[in-house]
Amino acid sequence: MTREELMGLGPYSLSREEKRALYRRELAALTSRHRERCPEYRLLLDALGTAAGGELEPEDAPMLPVSLFKELELRSVPPEEVFKTLTSSGTTGGQVSRIFLDAETSAMQQRALYRIGASFLGEKRLPFLVLDSKKALRDRAMFSARGAGILGFSIFGGRTCYALDGEMGLDLDGVRRFLDGRQGERLLLFGFTYIIWKHVIRALEARGERLELTGSVLVHGGGWKKLAGEAVSREEFKERARRALGVEAVLDYYGMAEQTGGVYMECPWGHLHASVWSDVIVRRPKDYGVCAVGEPGVIESLSLLPRSYPGHAVLTEDVGVLLGEDDCPCGRLGKYFTVTGRAPRAEVRGCSDTYEG
Amino acid sequence: MTNLEKYDKLFLETFHLQPDGLPGLKYRGIQAWDSVGHMDLMSAMEETFGISVSTPDLLDFSSYEKGKEILAKYGVEL
Repeated sequence: MTREELMGLGPYSLSREEKRALYRRELAALTSRHRERCPEYRLLLDALGTAAGGELEPEDAPMLPVSLFKELELRSVPPEEVFKTLTSSGTTGGQVSRIFLDAETSAMQQRALYRIGASFLGEKRLPFLVLDSKKALRDRAMFSARGAGILGFSIFGGRTCYALDGEMGLDLDGVRRFLDGRQGERLLLFGFTYIIWKHVIRALEARGERLELTGSVLVHGGGWKKLAGEAVSREEFKERARRALGVEAVLDYYGMAEQTGGVYMECPWGHLHASVWSDVIVRRPKDYGVCAVGEPGVIESLSLLPRSYPGHAVLTEDVGVLLGEDDCPCGRLGKYFTVTGRAPRAEVRGCSDTYEG
Repeated sequence: MTNLEKYDKLFLETFHLQPDGLPGLKYRGIQAWDSVGHMDLMSAMEETFGISVSTPDLLDFSSYEKGKEILAKYGVEL
């Protein structure tokens, strides 16, 4: 399948067997490609005794633990073709993942994110209220996951306002000026779960203020670990976000710097959906066998997008549950699942931990 | 200033280029035209020409030349 054909697929258009056929071919092609071009990856596969060539069942594609992107420089293009280096989630004092993007991978990620997002947000660009500080974008050559998230979703936004100032304080006057003359318009709000909770929802509540963004959509991501520490459930976050902001819909998404673009968006039924460009396999922690529907396990994430680094099959440090495939009431085909927490032995980290505040 | 002069000026100022850098210039072809630069360029285009570009067109705006075709769709003749 050519790159154009792949990116031209409907984001939730393939049934189980069609998607498996696509993944058998594409995962084998990506594995060979990276094996040829990335020496560290080749050494790993040789050490694992993975045979070269042939088709691969999606479950058999060699997966890299996500922590490996911190330890190794995994790059399948020459340094001069690296257009952007994405960094993820540094724990304080910990090592940071570095993901090397060339122009092609970057363009495919942007296209996939657009197609996925448009399925939920529509094609019209909406006034864009970023629930973060513009400082998150400060270093353009080395993007943090936070900067990449904001920028990724900015393709759905038109006129833009950053709700937080450089010190992470809520600039309510600035937000109100932005909203002036936009009453009743549908807005897109975007930010990271923990930052929204701490610096927007709680800040509004503390001031006894609220916004009335009727009809607007809040998209948030970046993990729940810090919020779970404050004993805030998903339901409570949604409820308090609706109350403080007056938005109509609150949609979580699951994604990682190691596989930017192919995000898993939450549908109105509260399920995270795999698009045609990515997939999840939930595995038992004790032997990495494949879990049944409903059985919690560690999430492996597949992506057909990475061309410039071997990130097409990544074992995450997140625990989740596969809820079903092809039969979500929202009508989207593909697997749907939920993320329930972090794997017990995982290093302490998470996307929203880029911010230590 | 003609529309073409305005169009060129937006590129020159957003990406700090000399005019000879414009022909053949591609999105992601230079460091300054990355996704941040792209969104800056798009906002400046929209403001200068009083248009609102759709997301598919925003993603198709992949070169200096392609951008001219896209602006034509919005009634901006260069």
